[in-house]
Amino acid sequence: MSTTDEAPADTLRRLWAEDAVKIAALLFVIYAGYLVSGLVLGYSLRGQLNSLASLTFYIGVFATLALALNLHWGYTGLFNIGVVGFMAVGIYVMAFVSKPLYGSGGAAQVGGLGLPIPVGILAGMIAASVLGFVVALPALRLRADYLAIVTIAMSEIVRFTFLSSTFQQFQFPTLSGGTTRVGFGGGSGLILDFPDPLLALIDALGLSGAYDGLVALVGTVVPNNPDPIAHSLVYGVVLLGVVAAYFWLLKRTGESPFGRVLKAIREDEDVARALGKNTDRFKIISFMLGCALMGLAGILWLMGQGAVTPNFFRPRLTFFVWIALIIGGAGSNTGSVMGGAVFAAVLYQGPLYFQNVVTSVFQPGDAPGSFGPAISPLLSSADPMPFLLYTLDSVRQLQLVVMGVVLVWLMHNRPEGMLGHRKETAAAIPLGRQGGGAGPESGSSQSDAARTDDNGIGGESRE
Amino acid sequence: MSRVSESITGSRPDVSDTPLRVEDLTKRFGGITAVDGATFEVERGTLTGLIGPNGAGKSTTFNLITGMLSPDEGRVIFDGEEITGLEPHQIANRGLVRTFQIARELGEMTVLENMMLAPMNQRGEHLWRSVLPGARGGVVTQEEELLDRVWETLEFFEIEHLAEEYAGNLSGGQRKLLEMARALLTDPDMLLLDEPFAGVNPTLEQRLLDHIHELRDQGYTFLLVEHDMDLIMNNCRHVIVMHQGRILTEGTPAEIKSNEEVIEAYLGGDV
Repeated sequence: MSTTDEAPADTLRRLWAEDAVKIAALLFVIYAGYLVSGLVLGYSLRGQLNSLASLTFYIGVFATLALALNLHWGYTGLFNIGVVGFMAVGIYVMAFVSKPLYGSGGAAQVGGLGLPIPVGILAGMIAASVLGFVVALPALRLRADYLAIVTIAMSEIVRFTFLSSTFQQFQFPTLSGGTTRVGFGGGSGLILDFPDPLLALIDALGLSGAYDGLVALVGTVVPNNPDPIAHSLVYGVVLLGVVAAYFWLLKRTGESPFGRVLKAIREDEDVARALGKNTDRFKIISFMLGCALMGLAGILWLMGQGAVTPNFFRPRLTFFVWIALIIGGAGSNTGSVMGGAVFAAVLYQGPLYFQNVVTSVFQPGDAPGSFGPAISPLLSSADPMPFLLYTLDSVRQLQLVVMGVVLVWLMHNRPEGMLGHRKETAAAIPLGRQGGGAGPESGSSQSDAARTDDNGIGGESRE
Repeated sequence: MSRVSESITGSRPDVSDTPLRVEDLTKRFGGITAVDGATFEVERGTLTGLIGPNGAGKSTTFNLITGMLSPDEGRVIFDGEEITGLEPHQIANRGLVRTFQIARELGEMTVLENMMLAPMNQRGEHLWRSVLPGARGGVVTQEEELLDRVWETLEFFEIEHLAEEYAGNLSGGQRKLLEMARALLTDPDMLLLDEPFAGVNPTLEQRLLDHIHELRDQGYTFLLVEHDMDLIMNNCRHVIVMHQGRILTEGTPAEIKSNEEVIEAYLGGDV
């Protein structure tokens, strides 16, 4: 009500700016935290840049995944716990399409179709969304928890399919009439032997000169082999650009009549149907779009990693994305980005970073090899050191415990996420008295409320 | 079944005067027959009352007509076309729109969002129009038009001061108003109102009734489930009485009032 003096466009811009500022401030705090602790530890510049690049990478992938999941769960109320399945299909189909033909040299056991990388990316996204369609068609008509069961089962089916020896390698017809040896590599994984996607993108944009300049610049501060550092930094920036693109797309999707129906489906599907909305159509489109975005996230995560194995796509990765979304607050795009960033920085990368920090500050000795030697000095001679060292050494395993504890705490104390209750209006225009000319000139809520009391419309029942 | 079809063919000429016709509608839940061969029709441009004691099958009948439930037997004909077994959204799109007995506001959406949802076939309900930069202009224009209509309707129902409130924060009576306002925004030919006045104060109830009569004069048709006998008797020209899933009787309020069977069924024979 305090914004009544501003034009709607100004209000919108101001609100958007606020959200952007929130995200920027959070990123600043995270980066500053990593930089400062790195400085305190006397990390080399190379180490600093590497840790920033990998932090950016994980912020980027978790933010994109949380945004895509927010479309499913936050907007439409679709309980998808098969996120990894769609990621896996995305990267595997992309690899299938874009890997070079078999026999063109290299160590790969199987080839691909040898098509350009953008074609592969598009194919991967389409495959993920088609899989989403297949999953959604029978399941969307059932209750939400059935969709959950179907999606998690699907993600395991996808993993086992890529693990199976049946699809390890097979012949695939080519355009020229012959066949070529392709496959998904089975349990030993698939070598992603297509050209480096980032360099290909830079070439395509005609920015090779600028990139070489950047490498030279990094070379002035890190003389020894600056190329990988520049590469991972630029890739991180590209990922943040993808986050921005997802944000734009999903904000527009949410702030529209389409998004309004999605929200109504989340709240009460019967009402939406009674108002003439074909809710199945909306749910399927929403689900397929989210799946395509998850497929792209999977591609972006793995296409630069050199190889992919099916067991990367275990269900726990799905739950990581869920934790990120819950931290940020389901239903909010801004929250999704922030949740992805916090999850990546604190819960995903944080424990390992903490381990490195403690190890390099205190220079402790070797940790005991198992739980017995770790706990017995604590009991026999009240010496906690072996136990603490063992705990520190097991931080990778404890990470999951910490995530579980955080999740339980959040659900109890802050189920609406770090931003609290968010109003992200589902309309293409700001909804308010200024939007239409029909409202009375005095729009003050107080006088309206007073008038209401006069008429007695408090909703009191007649009895 | 053949008897039923004959009767329909026989009455085709005046089909336009009876937009809604229900024939032999039956619905069983396990061993309970909630609606048992209900047959009635509603005349165009009237306010028809559907009354009956609790458990008479009124709400189930509504659910069967609007596609929320599918009948075990019988047919529903709207505007001369059979709509039995159609999806709820298909029925709503033909101009037959309902409200719910227990107001079903969309709690985490504001009153304005609730209202903006209702108008049918909005351009921006197609994802590509809402997202593509070139097409979004048309969506925005339509949103502005819709918003004007929404404000008019909100003002008519005197809930405009609640416009930016979450619907979940509204009181019971306010939710009823929101629900009816929302249903009207779909631009229906016929409205099925399931106890629309429960929890609405008498002043507003009268206003709503006036509005309903006004809309009826314009050609809208209403079928109204209500517990308040006086309200039904004073406002409806035709009253249908249900009891234990069957249509007990129908007629003018005067006829219903003097019907011993109705009094016995409705009041348990105490009066």
